[in-house]
Amino acid sequence: MGKAKTAALHGSSGRAKTAAWLSVLCMGLGQLYNRQYVKAALFLLAEALGVYFIATTLIRNLMGLITLGDTPTRMEKVGRLYQNVPGDHSIFMMIYGLVAFLFLALFLVFYVLNVRDAYTVGRLREEGREAPNFRETLRYASDKGFPYVLLSLPTVGVLFFTVLPILFMILIAFTNYAAPDHIPPKNLVDWVGFDTFTNLLTLKAWSRTFFGVLTWTVIWAILATVTTYFGGIFVALLIEQHGIRFKAFWRTVFIIPYAIPQFISLLVMKNLLNDQFGPINQYLRWMGLGGLPWLNDPFWAKVTVLMVNMWIGIPVSMILVLGVLTSIPRDLYEAADIDGASSFRKFRAITLPFVLFQTTPVLIMQFAGNINNFNVIYLLTGGQPANGEYSFAGSTDLLVTWLYKLTLDNQRYNFASAVGIIIFIIIASFSIYNYRRSRSFKEEDMIQ
Amino acid sequence: MKSKRKVKLTFSYILLALIAVASVYPAIWIVMSSFKAGDSLYSETFIPRQLTFQHYKDLFSGHSDKDLPYLRWYWNTLKIAVTSMVLGTIIQVLTAYAMSRFRFKGRQTAMTTVLILGMFPGFMSMIAIYLMLLQLNLLDSPWALVLVYTAGAALGMFVAKGFFDTIPRALEESALLDGAGHWKIFTAIILPLSRPIITYIGLTTFTGAWVDFIFARLILRSRENWTLAVGLYEMVNTYSSTEFTLFAAGSVLVAIPITILYMFLQRFLVQGLTAGATKG
Repeated sequence: MGKAKTAALHGSSGRAKTAAWLSVLCMGLGQLYNRQYVKAALFLLAEALGVYFIATTLIRNLMGLITLGDTPTRMEKVGRLYQNVPGDHSIFMMIYGLVAFLFLALFLVFYVLNVRDAYTVGRLREEGREAPNFRETLRYASDKGFPYVLLSLPTVGVLFFTVLPILFMILIAFTNYAAPDHIPPKNLVDWVGFDTFTNLLTLKAWSRTFFGVLTWTVIWAILATVTTYFGGIFVALLIEQHGIRFKAFWRTVFIIPYAIPQFISLLVMKNLLNDQFGPINQYLRWMGLGGLPWLNDPFWAKVTVLMVNMWIGIPVSMILVLGVLTSIPRDLYEAADIDGASSFRKFRAITLPFVLFQTTPVLIMQFAGNINNFNVIYLLTGGQPANGEYSFAGSTDLLVTWLYKLTLDNQRYNFASAVGIIIFIIIASFSIYNYRRSRSFKEEDMIQ
Repeated sequence: MKSKRKVKLTFSYILLALIAVASVYPAIWIVMSSFKAGDSLYSETFIPRQLTFQHYKDLFSGHSDKDLPYLRWYWNTLKIAVTSMVLGTIIQVLTAYAMSRFRFKGRQTAMTTVLILGMFPGFMSMIAIYLMLLQLNLLDSPWALVLVYTAGAALGMFVAKGFFDTIPRALEESALLDGAGHWKIFTAIILPLSRPIITYIGLTTFTGAWVDFIFARLILRSRENWTLAVGLYEMVNTYSSTEFTLFAAGSVLVAIPITILYMFLQRFLVQGLTAGATKG
């Protein structure tokens, strides 16, 4: 028995390698060699289609990605008249090039799978077993491949509507795609390397705006996170105090700001805080205090966005903290009572550590979210009041709203992408830090 | 001792009342404004002297001087939000289920990719999407907006994945032994257990589409295709001083369905929020 097996092994050794090499040569050949005819036909068809598309369109599109076009739109004499002859559209060429690149990558992945498949089936035959027929293959695929079937549609969506656009924008940062001189179809766009970043960081007009906006973004993110977080803890503790009645009522009322759609409450706030006609200033005047320039003074506008953000953000933290509070074991407090601890001491030694420990990951993610908090700034102040020292940004603009304005209002696409990449680097470093941290905490099991 | 406690409680009640007023004041104010006669922002009294339904009627009747097809915006928004909710929920649930229950090649890579993609500012992709839709001749179409929302839905799968992780594996294993296929297990065992998370995802994708402003403004170019978010923003920016009460009525009608939904489904939201928080 054992001898027969080794004999079979020796007799057919090298089949796996042959099949694999044949598949490298052309998709499907290895499968043909393995006598899996239906599979081989399918792979051969894929090879034919792939080669056809690569030869006819993909190569040209990939070349376009490299050159970004070289014939500008120009006036040419056609017959007796001068006519506008359209040239290359660099940006469309870039997108086509990227799509071609993605297709090529998918094709290569498929190719690798084909070689691997030829090799594994070849191994089976070396061991003297029958290569599975097509029906068996299908059954196997529907079992092992089930997660891939589930994920295929989402993957395509993400690939074309998230990955491709992000790649595109990253590439844009390395071109001169910006108004007024490089907007297709009128002009061509060229690769410029790191020039955009250097300009952003060193050219006076840009660097002053960049560092100003960056500083405010960081200050905003810290203050916005801290105020809503501790505000949430405070409100939650206020409700959960001993002797407070109608707890459910307070909770429900305090959640209202969270339930109202954000863009509505922000637009309402904008009117509420209107300098001349808004009711808040009206009340202040009644009390003889004189109104405040809530949205029109650089300093007060910053205070205002922070306060409005508290109104929106505290309910969320409150909900979180209320959840944590119910999970703190009662006996800890009872033990503290027996020891005669004051309520402040109980808060310091039991409540706060528990809450902090359980919500720190959220805290860090909220910080990252606040760096990107587009709605509060854009809908409330629109980045205003204006700042004469900045280009295309106002006093309360964050990096994201600046990016938005650079793109939609001013067509400075390359600078917008560079800013986007910088935001990504900032957020990514926080998230990685957070991820590492929460994992190490999980391993430590600090709280049982 | 007892009197000290009483002082503390009284003080707490005062604070609670103040916070409660601050929480509801903007909402009540905008409702009051929507019933106020006239069209200005300024009002002498908190409860307007003259109450009227005129602004609500105005929203639904045509305007000769202003181009404000409110009813149409409402219908557009509803259409887009419902379609994106259905498609987005399906995509997100399937993705999360696959990631949570199966161990397959490339799973770790896929998870990391989703995490990294989530770190790019959402509208970094704006211009590329704009240009692509332009090429596909889909600009200004509500379906393009649905496509954009749905295509990105898979990236929000972490909350749902955290939920699926908590369903005991023994359930599926016994069904597998009974000879049930993967699809059967998913529809007959997992789905019925997932009602809370499906509600959560459905609600968040619905409101996400209902209130989205950024992509709606980018993609929907012509006035009659706008959604409420874009329309109301425009209303505040162009007519704020002259048509404030109309805006107030408009926002009340937009906010009411969402607010009621949120209040009713609070429990699910709390669960979803904390699940997302602890599971990352």
